[in-house]
Amino acid sequence: MLIKRKEFLQLGSLATASLMFPKFLKAFESRALVPPGNKVVVVLQMSGGNDGLNTVIPVRNDIYYRLRPSLAIRKGQTAELTDDVSLHPELTAFKALYDEGNLAILNNVGYPNPDRSHFRSMDIWQSASQSNQYWNTGWVGRYLDAQCSGCAHPTQALEVDDVLSLALKGGTNNAIAVKDPKRLFGESNEKFFRDVSKNHRSDTHDDEKPVEYLYKTMAETLSSADYIFKQSRLHPSGAAYPNTELGKGLKTIASLIFSDINTKVYYISLGSFDTHVGQDAQQTKLFTQMNDAVKAFTDDLKTNGRMNDVLLFTFSEFGRRVAQNASNGTDHGTANNMFLISGGLKRKGILNVMPDLADLNEGDLKYKVDFKNVYATVLKNWLNADADLILGGHYDLLDFV
Amino acid sequence: MAEFFFGKNLNDGFKLMILNTVLCFKTYCMAIKNRLKNQHLLWRAGFGPAVEQLEELEKYSPEQYYKALVKASDKKPEYINVASDDLKNIYEISLDAGRKKNLTAEDRKELNRLQRDAIKNLNLYWFKEMVTSSAQLREKMAFFWHGHFASRNNNVYYNQLLLQVFREHGLGSLRRLLKEVSHSASMLFFLNNQQNKKGHPNENFAREVMELFTLGRGNYTENDIKEAARAFTGWSANPNGSFVFRKGQHDDGSKTVLGKTGRLDGNDVLNILLDNRQAARFITQKIYRFFVNDKPDTTIVNSLADKFYKSDYNISKLMEDIFTSDWFYIDKNIGSHIKSPIELLVGIQRMIPMQLDNDNVMMNLQRILGQQLLFPPNVAGWPGGKSWIDSSTLMTRMRIPQMFADKDELNLTPKQDDDQMMGRKNDGTANVPTVGKKKAASAGMIIKAKMDWPQYISKLESVKREDLIPKIKQTLFQANTDVDKSLPGTIDASSRESYIKSVTIQLMSTPEYQLS
Repeated sequence: MLIKRKEFLQLGSLATASLMFPKFLKAFESRALVPPGNKVVVVLQMSGGNDGLNTVIPVRNDIYYRLRPSLAIRKGQTAELTDDVSLHPELTAFKALYDEGNLAILNNVGYPNPDRSHFRSMDIWQSASQSNQYWNTGWVGRYLDAQCSGCAHPTQALEVDDVLSLALKGGTNNAIAVKDPKRLFGESNEKFFRDVSKNHRSDTHDDEKPVEYLYKTMAETLSSADYIFKQSRLHPSGAAYPNTELGKGLKTIASLIFSDINTKVYYISLGSFDTHVGQDAQQTKLFTQMNDAVKAFTDDLKTNGRMNDVLLFTFSEFGRRVAQNASNGTDHGTANNMFLISGGLKRKGILNVMPDLADLNEGDLKYKVDFKNVYATVLKNWLNADADLILGGHYDLLDFV
Repeated sequence: MAEFFFGKNLNDGFKLMILNTVLCFKTYCMAIKNRLKNQHLLWRAGFGPAVEQLEELEKYSPEQYYKALVKASDKKPEYINVASDDLKNIYEISLDAGRKKNLTAEDRKELNRLQRDAIKNLNLYWFKEMVTSSAQLREKMAFFWHGHFASRNNNVYYNQLLLQVFREHGLGSLRRLLKEVSHSASMLFFLNNQQNKKGHPNENFAREVMELFTLGRGNYTENDIKEAARAFTGWSANPNGSFVFRKGQHDDGSKTVLGKTGRLDGNDVLNILLDNRQAARFITQKIYRFFVNDKPDTTIVNSLADKFYKSDYNISKLMEDIFTSDWFYIDKNIGSHIKSPIELLVGIQRMIPMQLDNDNVMMNLQRILGQQLLFPPNVAGWPGGKSWIDSSTLMTRMRIPQMFADKDELNLTPKQDDDQMMGRKNDGTANVPTVGKKKAASAGMIIKAKMDWPQYISKLESVKREDLIPKIKQTLFQANTDVDKSLPGTIDASSRESYIKSVTIQLMSTPEYQLS
């Protein structure tokens, strides 16, 4: 197998290489090496049901202030986008991205017959099923199936986590969950596992047998662990990121985006946004972490000339009720907003009308945009994939990319 | 027989010797076959062979062994009650219209915490039953029904009541079982039937009872669901968990479900569903895939379903038909099943009994591997089979035996579950990731397991050292494998005891051990 030049230099004695051609090596690591136009998606899942109304705030809406006497955020305290719309005060980097034209906000996203269980609603978002269907595969997993039939590493999609989400499970392929490429490499490199995998003679007559499936998964895991680790060291990001799980995770993602890895979709989560009690303190802490990590990440992308190639979007399994509850919190609701961040947006800013608080369904927002239309748009327009096939149906495309 | 083989010239003594050898050999063969088959039976009709059973596995035929399993599961199970007195007191106040206004916000928080704790204890209690109970068949059936009639509920009393239904009726009549489940607070609330009222139907329960519990998709119409939902109006439960029929909310008009017309009530609909042969086929196929082989054999499933239907849904009889058949014990079915996380974790502990210092380890392992008792992913239950395996779960599964043996660290964080935790951590504070070097509470958990090795090692007392690996392979694996050729270099041969331990742990850390 041909080893790519960059990988070869990495694998060979770095000391010798850099002594012999220091400038040459440096030139190789410059940004021009990564082919521009290699489009990447980063999904940031806000687990627990983020309160969208205190995220993108209708600062001139009386109903908002009336229904949230102690929880509403006053106009002067916010990161202002327009006369009518502000962001939560912690989201200063999001405001800066908005001002630069690198941010879009999609309001009223949801799905028909919403479910208020975290688990169930998250499954619906991750599998992209209707709310009365139970699917065992996720939309990213099915994207992976389409990209990786018989490929060596199922690394077109990665989740930065210890445990793989339903979103990244396909029918024939599962993505890899990796929080720390070095740790995964270390664990999978245990001699016994290597030997067991190497010594196995596969039964070519029946690769449907469960034992063959297990060995296939094992071999893929070991080789992917190698591949991801090596790629993560090709061009590790030197930028400063906040010392949080999300900060570290986005730094890992940036390092991989700068490498030659074939990954197109990265998936990472932050939570818990389930703010039934004392919402303000909890949401503020999470938004500080999110804001600082996303700022470091987008700064890093800009420095390395990749801002136009990366689309980061956020979602949560549901929004929260419009009225606050008795514990200075909010309970489970329905429709919610999404942030879309990229230098390659075709439409930017606030994409559609803010929620109509005068037209509620038993105290809940009505959804106007099905999240599956967003997925279809990302799959088709950004990743150039067969959205209909992956989503199991046709969803009209939006025009943000 | 000896004459046939050796002619007439051999003297009688010699003939007898030969005969004995042939017979001996045959007995030995029988023993090997019995052991493999009985292990197969124990993995499928239970949670795997226990260390105490190792010697008897060769002595009995599978039919004898199955009889013994049935007998051990005969007794009515004792009700499991893990609710503490504290929980009971505060819960009773919360149900009392007069006193509940005295509860402060703190009290309510405490009530939630106690409920959560109790559900965790119920999970661990049942897990332990699976490990230690001799009523293996009963617990395995309960485990199956828990995944078939899947519900989640934050109230421990509702969980306890439904679990008792599975354990008490799991081997009885499906008619009774379906009725008990449909009358349970856990299921009625989970599927919103308390909101199903005359004139304002909620079809959730009616839909799932047809799609997932009895007939399967494509065997009813949307109109059948609408009509059935009307029949279930007024079905609800009291806060103490007992079924209540709210007559005022019931629609007692005429309905038509699957072609049957009348002023049907919920019980009529349940009977109509089971009167349909498709229900027998649907459930038999699910049982076959769970207990026999993920790939159903249509001919066998159909013939089993026929008998199941004719017996008016006698579950014991169906399980006997399966576990005493010849086809159950053929090669294709042995070692073909990917153990579910619970089967894996329970199975290890049945072979090497152990005590874990920290209860949360077992809960976190269940969650990380994707199967937490009492928390099925949705009403469809766990999909099973290959879906258990991805790169993360497979690597974790193969590291677990080592973690137990080495007092290792569980360096993995399960996904948050806000349906249980409502945005809080175990200590009640807001669940926000920690900043800096402090480790998250759930990560970095030290696994301290006191493993009871002497019992296991004593079972191998008479085995010669060079025969130890083959013997341990026979005990742990259901299929032929030469995975032991990777053992050299990873084995601690400093003493016979450490040799046995390290061979066992390493062989449990293989793809083959994931299968039963």
